[in-house]
Amino acid sequence: MARRIAQAHPTPETRFPMAASAEDVTRSVFAALAEYNASETTQVPPAAGTVLLGPEGAVDSLGLVRLVMLVERRAQDDFGVPVSLTDEKAMSQRNSPFRSVGALVEYLVQQLNEPR
Amino acid sequence: MSTPGVMLITGTRKGIGRYLAERYVAAGWRVVGCSRGKPDWTLAGYEHFEADVADEKAVQAMFLAVRKRHGRLDALVNNAGIASMNHVLLTPLATLQAILSTNVVGTFLFCREAARLMSQEKRGGRIVNFATVATPLKLEGEAAYAASKAAVVSLTEVMARELAPFSITVNAVGPTPIETDLIRSVPKAKMDALIARQALPRMGTMEDVANVIDFFLRKESDFITGQVVYLGGV
Repeated sequence: MARRIAQAHPTPETRFPMAASAEDVTRSVFAALAEYNASETTQVPPAAGTVLLGPEGAVDSLGLVRLVMLVERRAQDDFGVPVSLTDEKAMSQRNSPFRSVGALVEYLVQQLNEPR
Repeated sequence: MSTPGVMLITGTRKGIGRYLAERYVAAGWRVVGCSRGKPDWTLAGYEHFEADVADEKAVQAMFLAVRKRHGRLDALVNNAGIASMNHVLLTPLATLQAILSTNVVGTFLFCREAARLMSQEKRGGRIVNFATVATPLKLEGEAAYAASKAAVVSLTEVMARELAPFSITVNAVGPTPIETDLIRSVPKAKMDALIARQALPRMGTMEDVANVIDFFLRKESDFITGQVVYLGGV
């Protein structure tokens, strides 16, 4: 029953991902926030210091899910690689990447620049 | 869902998956399918990816390609599955791991990535998973398979609630034995005994399975979620 793991045909983008700078990622995340703010009643100010989760947080748990989906999609469009912000590393970090917009940007930069 | 859109079906190289791909292409859907190996058939309106359903990176790359090509996903049918008839005392760990990997991990990954795409595009969507009558019948010799599909039922029920805010329904069809490779190695006496336990004692057909999927896909079924429909009156 042993199975060989087959990779889906990689697109050129997945073979040669672009390097992502903090500025590019910030722009990408802010664009996702703008999209989020346009469709939700609660607003998330596009600033690094904006707290996302917790009592002072800008989003509730479902809002966070929606926001993460938008950030992932925008990052995929902007950087041409599959992005998943909910990997084990994110979940096991002592300081959650979802605690603030700045932390989210920082984590995304790290993830996008990892060798694939 | 009354207007056919883009549908992804796993395990389309042969059997029920191939039948479903052909059926929904004929009905006007653009169908994307996958399997570990290359199919020996092609079809206009159908595109194939070679990917192991339990390989996260391969699955994510596939969904990225679907999004780039189609910009949307309307329905996911998690058909890919494997089984192994064996007494629990004679079941190797590797067999259990392979069954859990394809049936549970694969279903989970495709549901997650499909729901991401469906929610990102804000169109909602339909997810149909595959359960089995082996679970409610507590079928001897199918412990690993029945347990893996019990997990699929749980995933279906919980995801139905978690994905409801995104207008995504999650249901499952639970087929009886059908003439496919999945049951080729099961002795006839065992199969007859199993079928005798159904309220409607006959082998299922691929049309029986598609009928339930059609129901879940109907526009009018947007109030149906978290349900498992077993065939044969089980």
